[in-house]
Amino acid sequence: MPTLLRRGQFGATVCQARTFWQTMPTALTPCAIFLHPPLSNQKNVTIKDKKTCAACAVPGLCRINQSGTGIRTKQTNAMNEILQGLIQAAQLIFSLDRDLIEISLRSLYVTVTAVAIASAIGLPLGCWLAVRRFRYRRFVIATLNALMGLPPVVVGLIVYLLLSRSGPFGVFGLLFTPTAMIIAQVVILTPLIASIAHQAIRELWAEYHDLLISLNTTRRQRIGTLLWDGRRALLTAALAGFGRGIGEVGAIMIVGGNIDHATRVLTTAIALETGKGNFSLALALGFVLIGLAVLVNLLIHSLSRTEVSGRW
Amino acid sequence: MVKHTILPLTVQDAVVRRRKKVLVGPVSMTVAPSGLTVVMGPNGAGKSTLLRLLHGMERLSQGKLQWQVPEPQARRSQAFVFQTPIMMRRSVLDNVAYPLITHGIPRRAARNTAAEWLDRVGLTDSAAKQATVLSGGERQKLALARALIRGPEILFLDEPCANLDGRATREFEALVLAAHAGGTRIVMATHDIGQARRLAGDVWFIYRGALHEAASADQFFASPQTPEARAFLQGDIVE
Repeated sequence: MPTLLRRGQFGATVCQARTFWQTMPTALTPCAIFLHPPLSNQKNVTIKDKKTCAACAVPGLCRINQSGTGIRTKQTNAMNEILQGLIQAAQLIFSLDRDLIEISLRSLYVTVTAVAIASAIGLPLGCWLAVRRFRYRRFVIATLNALMGLPPVVVGLIVYLLLSRSGPFGVFGLLFTPTAMIIAQVVILTPLIASIAHQAIRELWAEYHDLLISLNTTRRQRIGTLLWDGRRALLTAALAGFGRGIGEVGAIMIVGGNIDHATRVLTTAIALETGKGNFSLALALGFVLIGLAVLVNLLIHSLSRTEVSGRW
Repeated sequence: MVKHTILPLTVQDAVVRRRKKVLVGPVSMTVAPSGLTVVMGPNGAGKSTLLRLLHGMERLSQGKLQWQVPEPQARRSQAFVFQTPIMMRRSVLDNVAYPLITHGIPRRAARNTAAEWLDRVGLTDSAAKQATVLSGGERQKLALARALIRGPEILFLDEPCANLDGRATREFEALVLAAHAGGTRIVMATHDIGQARRLAGDVWFIYRGALHEAASADQFFASPQTPEARAFLQGDIVE
């Protein structure tokens, strides 16, 4: 049982500082963070019998099942896992699993809010960069493009340090909350959205330039006009941001902590289940995630009526 | 009738230079408060640049423009129709209403005025269409309505009929003449000699970036003073 063994060792080292962890709320114990039980409809979860967790050895504190959850007893082939994942995904969806709905909604909440805030900053910024000529414009645009590939883990780490108790924004107590996850995602998404918006608006500005100059518009009016007339291209920018945000795991894992019923989202749950060797459940969650992303995109496209003739 | 407050415009030794190449100038002239001027000349002579210069869209390398009022105020009473009309990605009605809305006129009032202008240029049926689906002639009429909706004192037209067929050109010219009859000062670039004969009150002949010859239309077409203008009117290739 290599998986359990590994986890046991890890847990044991963590639990040497047990008195420290016991002062914290249950949700923040290392077991809750790293060793959480799978979703409630898993048949082999034994929530009721409060066995002692092999990891932290506190009876009843952590609801880990010792009877072999997540341990692969026989060699299963990968295709079978994928099939199992699909079946389990269907089961989870059609049984309206409460935990699944909760973490899916939290995923949506975090990413949609982050995209909204990042768009509110990034779209006008991209537009402004297209319209305004200033000395270091090229440098700023190059930097922005480079920041599109900002590593989420690094962003997560920085936001973590800023929001931690000893950090400058520690007083707000935001670490390990969905708000912290939103902040981290806004940092990741804003350069991406601004950069794509800038590309799109630059084309439109080249087209409109003479007219808007001739009509003697103010810069604010120009930006407003370009944002409005380029709204379909900007929608693509926002959707690209959504795509990056919904599938992002590094930053929100660090600042959110993957706490059940508090900051667990689809991606962090997938990482957790994969770590536990629970591949079919991880895959099931993965399919739900992909389905969710496709659904949101289709919804927005149908609402904004893109690709309808005579429109943009 | 349009009241004239910004004209006459005095141009003093204006030069537009790009990458050390002189595009236009030095030009010195006075644009009188009324009239219909046709700007003629071969391609690349600087007709468009001259119009843009007068409209304030080109940075002057030297010289200056002197309106009767301060420059920002003068900018508000001018309009420009481009050779390729710029269609904003909105409905035809909103395209025409746009200049009014940017001038702080409430949306509803602006749309009402725009509807009147669409009626005047014969685009009422297309009001709700997206501007980008219009034909070339309709686009240019839209651009004209959009230019005239603020009641400019001076209207610049940069080869507006270059891509239009006979019928569209005739309709467009009728609208330009109507605007002129309403008191708008018109400065129009063209290299269509027939159009120039039909419309011109006076002619500026531009050659190699300079104002080569300026005369009333009758005089210019009857007896051009310079050999280049004579050759141009005869249909010879002037370079």
